[in-house]
Amino acid sequence: MKNIIKSTIAMLSVLVAFTSCNNSEKSDSKSGALASNVAEKVYVAPGEHDEFYAFISGGFSGQLSVYGLPSGRLFKVIPVFSQDAEKAYGYNEETKPMLNTSHGFVPWDDSHHPDISQTAGEIDGRWIFINGNNTPRIAKIDLSTFETTEIIEIPNSAGNHSSSFVTENTEYVVAGTRFSVPIPQRDMPIKDYKGNFKGSLSFISVDPEHGHMDIKFQLIMPGFDYDLSHPGRGKSHGWFFFTTYNTEEASTLMEVNASQNDKDFIAAVNWKKIEEYVNNGGGTMMPANYAHNVYDESTHMATSTMKKEVLTVNPLDVPGAVYFLPTPKSPHGCDVDPTGEYIIGNGKLSSALTVHSFTKMLDAIENEKFAGDAYGIPIINFEDVLAGTVESSGLGPLHTEFDGKGNAYTTFFISSEVVKWKLGTWEVIDRQPCYYSVGHLMIPGGNSRKPFGKYVVAMNKITKDRYLPTGPEVTQSAQLYDISGEKMELLLDFPTIGEPHYAAGAPADLIKARSKKIFNLEDNNHPYAAKSEGETKVVRDGNTVHIYMTTIRSHFSPDNIEGIRVGDKVYFHVTNLEQDYDVPHGISMIGANTSELLIMPGQTETFTWEPKQEGVWPFYCTDFCSALHQEMQGYVRVSAKNANTPLKWSLGEDIE
Amino acid sequence: MKKSNIIMLLAAILPLGLFLFPLWKITLEAPQYPTPLGMYIHINDFSDVNPHDIKNINLMNHYVGMKYIPDAIPEFKIFPAGILITTLIGLIIAFKGNYKWFLFWFILMMVLSSAGLYDFYIWEHDYGHNLDPKAIMKFTNPDGSQMGFQPPLFGTKDILNFRAHSYPRLGAYFLGLGIAASLFAYLVGKKTHKKP
Ligand SMILES: [Cu+2]
Repeated sequence: MKNIIKSTIAMLSVLVAFTSCNNSEKSDSKSGALASNVAEKVYVAPGEHDEFYAFISGGFSGQLSVYGLPSGRLFKVIPVFSQDAEKAYGYNEETKPMLNTSHGFVPWDDSHHPDISQTAGEIDGRWIFINGNNTPRIAKIDLSTFETTEIIEIPNSAGNHSSSFVTENTEYVVAGTRFSVPIPQRDMPIKDYKGNFKGSLSFISVDPEHGHMDIKFQLIMPGFDYDLSHPGRGKSHGWFFFTTYNTEEASTLMEVNASQNDKDFIAAVNWKKIEEYVNNGGGTMMPANYAHNVYDESTHMATSTMKKEVLTVNPLDVPGAVYFLPTPKSPHGCDVDPTGEYIIGNGKLSSALTVHSFTKMLDAIENEKFAGDAYGIPIINFEDVLAGTVESSGLGPLHTEFDGKGNAYTTFFISSEVVKWKLGTWEVIDRQPCYYSVGHLMIPGGNSRKPFGKYVVAMNKITKDRYLPTGPEVTQSAQLYDISGEKMELLLDFPTIGEPHYAAGAPADLIKARSKKIFNLEDNNHPYAAKSEGETKVVRDGNTVHIYMTTIRSHFSPDNIEGIRVGDKVYFHVTNLEQDYDVPHGISMIGANTSELLIMPGQTETFTWEPKQEGVWPFYCTDFCSALHQEMQGYVRVSAKNANTPLKWSLGEDIE
Repeated sequence: MKKSNIIMLLAAILPLGLFLFPLWKITLEAPQYPTPLGMYIHINDFSDVNPHDIKNINLMNHYVGMKYIPDAIPEFKIFPAGILITTLIGLIIAFKGNYKWFLFWFILMMVLSSAGLYDFYIWEHDYGHNLDPKAIMKFTNPDGSQMGFQPPLFGTKDILNFRAHSYPRLGAYFLGLGIAASLFAYLVGKKTHKKP
């Protein structure tokens, strides 16, 4: 106990020292920034495009935001795991199924690590994957529409954190559990954790054509906490590396009890070997219950299917598939350099970075240089796998990215800085302060075989005095550094939504050329679409009424509807007949217990309205669409529950 | 076959290019259309320059009460028939006739083309002036008369927030070249006729 108090005090004093140090450095850099021409380097003239897209996760907002680099301008917030009233995601009938899980409708999650699909180890700009931490899920976003098109729930998982990283040809998206849990879940004493809880590492296959996801297998690992992960590259393609902490298998007062071991592990998983084993009929099918939600762009609708089993693999059944690499000290980030040779484990409680060598690892495996085993999984000798150590005076190393020129950039949370160092020589080249408390950092393509090493974005947890205050809660932020030279240069601060947890970046040209402008009306297969004003109608089926409605500048069709009764359930199926880029229409209905719709050209969306009072109630267009947007409105007449007002609808009927 | 007749043969065939390439193009530029809206006029059809352009032109135009651009107009039947017939006549002349007939064909084509252009003008005028009396937006000229929205027959013109361009396309050049070739055939024929 004494030791704990001592180390806590030591830690606190270090924190204080670094915080005050930052404050003094900050004023220096301000005058430095003003004196130089940094503003020019981030200036993107009106009408011009940014060079890169940055997809920055929204952390506890559950979303993914799209920024331009170097300007730092926010373009869009893509709703993924949280309902979004602006776009009706999770509110309209079409996307509600996207948020279905085995726990029912879960309209929030904690989105952490976006990763762009790759071909031959290079980002290809087709899809972006992101994990939901809390109710374990992996989502796929189509980068032609910037919409979430698939979400798969992960069974036997909790705190889906070491996710969602993709292999070099997007063969798999990985979803590693942070919390080990009883597998399958059952009622048991928490103190019996050790030896009984398990950690699952899920390998989700991605269809190379359509991107459809499917859990190919789950590796059932010892009950550690699996923190972060990274696929092998190039020579190490076929392997996946996972950092672990809590190899102590503690379940209480984790900050202390999970920090006792001097070394935890990086788990090296030969997924190709397991894939082969599984393809040959290996593994055990286990009953499970998890949702697989798919959005169909042709029907504009999502469907949710409950899956009932999952294929599990015991690592001991596939000899040579899994090894443990000892790594000090509660390693957090796990990063592989573009050549695939170096595996960097950032011991967040140590000041040094541990770099393992893939070649040495294979050599040690071949020569069976093991220090023992953990639950039957061989542990390689630390010295036999170590490539080198980056000794630096920073504190709390977290994450590393690469510039493709032989340099690595590591964030230090406690000392709040980015440190540039050289692969192979392990010497520190440069260090720049962050304001403040940086988590991840991102170089576009920085975790692929081909990084675009021009900028690094640091994502900070704390901003305090960096921006205008906004009450107790101030913005979180990102900082952009120019890394084209030997020394890094801070160019820009920009605020972010939620917690900017991690990001993925890509050259703009890779994505913008494929970006969809409209949905073709003739390809609209929504069962309730009205593809012309002639097809609009109102259909009653008992207490349910379906309104097939269209929008076009600047009217709804129909815009006068009568014969609706109190207690009806009214579906507004609204098709936007526009076929022009950037002309969505919106609609909202007074008293509807949902959000507006925002309907893209050629698209159909649906919301429900259950009128509770008689009257004549207006609806209107919510997106300023044209000079006559204010006139884009209509009325619904609601009669008493038992009234016999005939069902009637019209548009432009002559009024006496 | 005489040189002049070969040229006449070419002259008769060239207008058939109208069946392959558009005759005319009208383009509408405005700040909110970074990719301008445009339509091609073919001998038997209207078509979009970019997908859905005509639909979007209609949507813009309905604010000032202009009619929707129709899917088909009677000219789409008359023009192709006219070109086929004149080509046939041209071919007969090329094989059978002497150079004087080339001049006849030249004059015939000039008359018919002018009639076509005039028809185009009438159509444009009607389209730009015969506005819905219930038009959402009504504009008047400085002299108080109702503003028309007729695109130029040829050239560039500003119409409210749009800049309209109207220019011939490859099909028209084929026609023009054919007509010019017939005149050339006549001149060549006349020259060779005098020589002996
Ligand atoms: Cu509207």
